Amino acid sequence: MLNSTRAVAPRKRRKKEQPPLLQRLSKQRFLIMMSFPFFIWVIVFCYLPLLGWGMAFQDFKLKGDVLQSFFSAPFVGLKHFEILWHDLINQGRFFLALRNTLAMSVLLLVFGFVTPIIFALMLNELRSKWFKRTTQTISYLPHFISWVVAATMISSMLSSEGPVNDLLIWLGLSEKRVPFLADQNLFWGIMTISEIWKELGWNAIIFLAAISGVDPGLYESAELDGAGRFRKIWHITLPCILPVITVILIMDIGWLISVGFEKQYLLGADMTRNTSEVLDIYALKAGVDQGRFSFGTAIGMFKSVVSIALVLVANAIAKKTGETSII
Amino acid sequence: MFKTAGARTRKAGYWHRRTKGDIIVDLIIYAVMLIVIFATLFPFLNVIAIAFNDSTDSVKGGIGIFPRIPTLDNFKELGRYPNLLQGGIISLLRTVVGTVCSLLSTCMLAYVLSRKEFMFRRLFMTLFLFTMYVDSGIIPHFMVIRALGLNNSFWVYIIPGLISAYNLILVRSFIEQIPFSLQESAFLDGANDFTIFRKIIMPLCLPVTATVGLFYAVGQWNSWFDTKLYAFSNEKITTLQYELMKILQQSMAQQGNPNLGHAGQIAQSQSVSPLSIRMTVTLVAVVPILLVYPFVQKYFVSGLTLGAVKS
Repeated sequence: MLNSTRAVAPRKRRKKEQPPLLQRLSKQRFLIMMSFPFFIWVIVFCYLPLLGWGMAFQDFKLKGDVLQSFFSAPFVGLKHFEILWHDLINQGRFFLALRNTLAMSVLLLVFGFVTPIIFALMLNELRSKWFKRTTQTISYLPHFISWVVAATMISSMLSSEGPVNDLLIWLGLSEKRVPFLADQNLFWGIMTISEIWKELGWNAIIFLAAISGVDPGLYESAELDGAGRFRKIWHITLPCILPVITVILIMDIGWLISVGFEKQYLLGADMTRNTSEVLDIYALKAGVDQGRFSFGTAIGMFKSVVSIALVLVANAIAKKTGETSII
Repeated sequence: MFKTAGARTRKAGYWHRRTKGDIIVDLIIYAVMLIVIFATLFPFLNVIAIAFNDSTDSVKGGIGIFPRIPTLDNFKELGRYPNLLQGGIISLLRTVVGTVCSLLSTCMLAYVLSRKEFMFRRLFMTLFLFTMYVDSGIIPHFMVIRALGLNNSFWVYIIPGLISAYNLILVRSFIEQIPFSLQESAFLDGANDFTIFRKIIMPLCLPVTATVGLFYAVGQWNSWFDTKLYAFSNEKITTLQYELMKILQQSMAQQGNPNLGHAGQIAQSQSVSPLSIRMTVTLVAVVPILLVYPFVQKYFVSGLTLGAVKS
């Protein structure tokens, strides 16, 4: 770190005596030409939608041209947010959507975070290189399939005639066939398990990379001191990969509210709406399907603001714990 | 990973020194790993088995990883769904066009942003990094697409998702590792920035473009929500994943309705049950990934670990 600043410093001083703006512009004209289209792109597709948040304070109705509708829509102040607030207090649909989002996020944070670490530690204990590599390669295959394909597989696995029911009956764990996806009490659990099934191997890669970076000398000296494999894991592997674990945990906390909506959208049905509808789906249904664009925007805006706040909090924690900032 | 003589003797020593406890723990770990492998692969094998199994037989259930009555009828039946073939073509097209466009854009911008003297470097970097943390939500995005007239056009698959900030950082940090002296000598020969990018940087970037290109390709092939949101009313440009999504939603609606069990599904179908069609389409949608996966998975992993080290 120190070295690099020292190396950069003289160059910076030279920059101060740089030629005037016009000359620089002409000298860098190729660089500007090569990047300018993408400047327009990022403004249009990433920052223009932020201006669209203005819709949350209007009664926006889509009549023909979007821009015209936007500028002619009446300003209604915090009306939509008041509706959301009342809904929250009266435990209405918004309350349910927020509860479902948070419940599934927390479940995923707890289980989805621990399982890849355990999986990586177990993989590392395998003596056979061939078996280790094969297991690993197979384990991250589901990461690369779309949620549509995954959802089709999951719905067929869990259907009342499906293999999971076959297995449970064969094992004697259940007597009659359960239509898992039609039971709203099981939905959160199914979503968590599905996500773990899909991402376990992929999320373990980073921990495996950290584990393989541990100095083998440490294990050798621990062995000389008579440490067994659990003590080696507990006293060497885990402390050595703790920085990685911390960073990933903090990042996960930052993404807490941004749980995906694809699997809930694909696997949720009307019967399970009370537990399957997350904020994004509610915003989509209220906004696009029912034409209440302003209300949908307000929901999305609420979600984004909470999400940014969480990222900032997570980042502050990261700085406090002495890890490098994640932003 | 540590192919030293020391590691090998340590390993040999381990087999001699194994205590009873060690053996039990080893057995447990191997058992858990076998369960993980089975749980991961079973749904895939089951899809393959049902797709190749006789349709009326599949409805009875109990198909594991092998077809009971092997047949190719299900695939012949796919011909009766004209949307599927066209969806496959569109999916293929967007994967190719989208990957090429995204890759070129990402590399070009990454190169410009790797040049320390570039006057807008900081501004552009901040603008792109910020997009990783702020999501405007579905509806404002939808409105922008509408305002630009991109909805119901093929380009809605390509342009809005042109550059991912994550991939941009990945490529930029790779380019920054290339010694600047290579570019300097070209400058002295009178080459401009674009020529240098094309002739020097692009060829050297091959390893990272392989990784990033695969990320883009998988993303393009797998995406379905953009069709659902922006292009559902133009039947000419729906994708395979979207068609599969529609088939899945039909079956979900039936699953939610207790009066319409499998018996109802059979009555509805013409000659092949919805279950078989669903699984056959799923197989078609996942086959490209399964085919390239064994050869390219190492590039994905190298991309992830490279990105992790950088961030």
